[in-house]
Amino acid sequence: MNALRTLAFALGLAALAPIASAHAQEGVASGDTSGKRIALSNSYAGNSWRQQMLKTWDRASHDALAQHLIKETKVVNANASAPEQANQIESLIVEGWDAIVINAASPTALNGVIQEACDQHIVVVVFDGLATAPCAYKVAYDYVAMGRMEADFVAKKLNGRGNVLEVRGIAGVSVDDDIHRGITEGFAQTPGIKIVGSVHGNWTQTIAQKEVASVLPSLPPIDAVVTQGGDGWGTYQAFKAAGRPTPLIIFGNRQDELALWRDILKENPNYDTFSVSSAPGCASVAFWVAQQILAGKKVPKTITLPLPVIEKKDLDQWLAIMPEGAVATPVYTREWTAQLIDANAEGKPLPPSPIAKAGDM
Amino acid sequence: MPPDASRPRLSAPFRLSPLAARPLLAALALLLMFAVIVWREPRAASYLGLRLLLNFSIPLMFAAFAAMAVIVLGDIDLGLGPFIGLANVISARWLAGNPSLAALLLVLSLLAYAAMGALIAARRLPSIVITLGASFIWLGAGLLILPTPGGAAPDWLAALLRLHTPFVPLPLWLAVALALAGQILFITSPAGVVLRGFGGAPEALIRAGWSLIAAKSFLYGLAGAFGILAGLALTGINTTGDANFGTPYTLLAIAAVIVGGGEFAGGIVSPPGTVIGALILLLSGALLSFLDVSTDWQLSVQGGILILVLALRALLRKRDAHAA
Repeated sequence: MNALRTLAFALGLAALAPIASAHAQEGVASGDTSGKRIALSNSYAGNSWRQQMLKTWDRASHDALAQHLIKETKVVNANASAPEQANQIESLIVEGWDAIVINAASPTALNGVIQEACDQHIVVVVFDGLATAPCAYKVAYDYVAMGRMEADFVAKKLNGRGNVLEVRGIAGVSVDDDIHRGITEGFAQTPGIKIVGSVHGNWTQTIAQKEVASVLPSLPPIDAVVTQGGDGWGTYQAFKAAGRPTPLIIFGNRQDELALWRDILKENPNYDTFSVSSAPGCASVAFWVAQQILAGKKVPKTITLPLPVIEKKDLDQWLAIMPEGAVATPVYTREWTAQLIDANAEGKPLPPSPIAKAGDM
Repeated sequence: MPPDASRPRLSAPFRLSPLAARPLLAALALLLMFAVIVWREPRAASYLGLRLLLNFSIPLMFAAFAAMAVIVLGDIDLGLGPFIGLANVISARWLAGNPSLAALLLVLSLLAYAAMGALIAARRLPSIVITLGASFIWLGAGLLILPTPGGAAPDWLAALLRLHTPFVPLPLWLAVALALAGQILFITSPAGVVLRGFGGAPEALIRAGWSLIAAKSFLYGLAGAFGILAGLALTGINTTGDANFGTPYTLLAIAAVIVGGGEFAGGIVSPPGTVIGALILLLSGALLSFLDVSTDWQLSVQGGILILVLALRALLRKRDAHAA
């Protein structure tokens, strides 16, 4: 009898459990975090992408301060030096921060200190420059998907036949490998498309221009160029200087590339492409993920972020609010981040990255 | 190199008293820094706080000793950081799975360092050029071994670095041990007198029958050994390898020697001072963090400490000259 009752009780619990956990997971967690402190350890602050990234952190954390969702925040920058960053994180541990958000200088070299932080029950969230430490929450872009997206778009536009030039990023960096993998996987399905050349543009317009210019004379007519961001404008300049017709160039969300796209459209309204890149606003997502964990939300260890995609119809709206030299990014909100966490937890399609508001960049 | 009783003993070619004051000044500065840190964050004085704050002093102290072994000759080693990175990736890639291969490669790299010293001595080449050239070899070899960061530390090494020592954490015990051993090897022992002599007045020692090649091979070999220890310490702390991780140590290590009382001119170093200099440079970042000063200032502060130290030293020297 007793055993039966226990069994019935256990069955009842088992039946209740999914409902209870589904309830616990949906939406914004509102646990009290007004006394919590969240710090950012950033590996490098010396380029415009990183400066914009710090700005979105600033915006998100000040919103949280104003709404009494956190007590304090602080940003420490290492000078692209992993030992310095490791040191700074050890100081943050001693200072007793409740959560440490990290853009890591090395995918592995901070694992020791991250483990130390976890041992002290500090919430660790890594983003952009990821670290492999198992106890850290990871906020990551799916760069393989970005490569596939480019390959699929190009294959469709070229009707499955044509020559493609690939402009890659910095050799040896995982982001470059992942995008490249996505592109090759995508084109593997359309044998009519040939990658006839590949250069490393290092995500820098001037380098991309120089590298593309140096291989162009040896290449057959190019129908499309797949890129990684920060290299579309330079690629266009190289084609123009060589007197070649402008191919389909995938752009990378930089203001100069979007402005160029608008100029090309003025001359050729049928020019069709899209623009995609990682967003500096990922710092604001990482901030809200840390806040939500502290507020008691159940969060999966890996959160995939959608890449902001800019289509022809949104071009003018973006350009109207982008200062010169900016990378397109929204400042993500707590509500959007909670949706993102739910989508990741339940394996649903990710919410699309919203269009930025004035002042986000 | 062993002392030889049949040869004339050489007295140190410098005055001791103002030099002895240098590490003392550095120690005072370190205590002051630590006092400020504890005032801002009392937890820093706990066993755990100390261990966290000083964890990365272990590779830095080893690196500083490696730099000291070269600076004592009046040479400078610009390849140390990448060499530490090389030791880091060799140990992270193979020490756990194939310890004999790791040991062999580490010994070979140590011999390469000694050979570099012999080359510099035999051909009278400028160390700054040779070590800078070598730095690209170390970095390239490191990247070939581990093109992207990864690998793992053997359990015993990670455990060793996390060893729970009595009273104070491991880095402080190590600091005391290194200071004592260094003081004996470089300052009080007869061999140390000769070694420092090669930095201060090499011609005199060569005329007295000592071999410059032997001395430089020994000291560069010693630098290589400390570089390997620094690399192993990094593997133990980070539990992985990254060929680029060691690079910043080149200049940090040299700065530690100078802050601790060493001179670029050669012949003048202080092992306890070097240990203290390493701790000062390490804590300068933490100090700023605890004072809520933006870390953007960290490099400027480290540079400022160096300038301050050298300026104070120049002042003291001037006063000495007046007194004489």
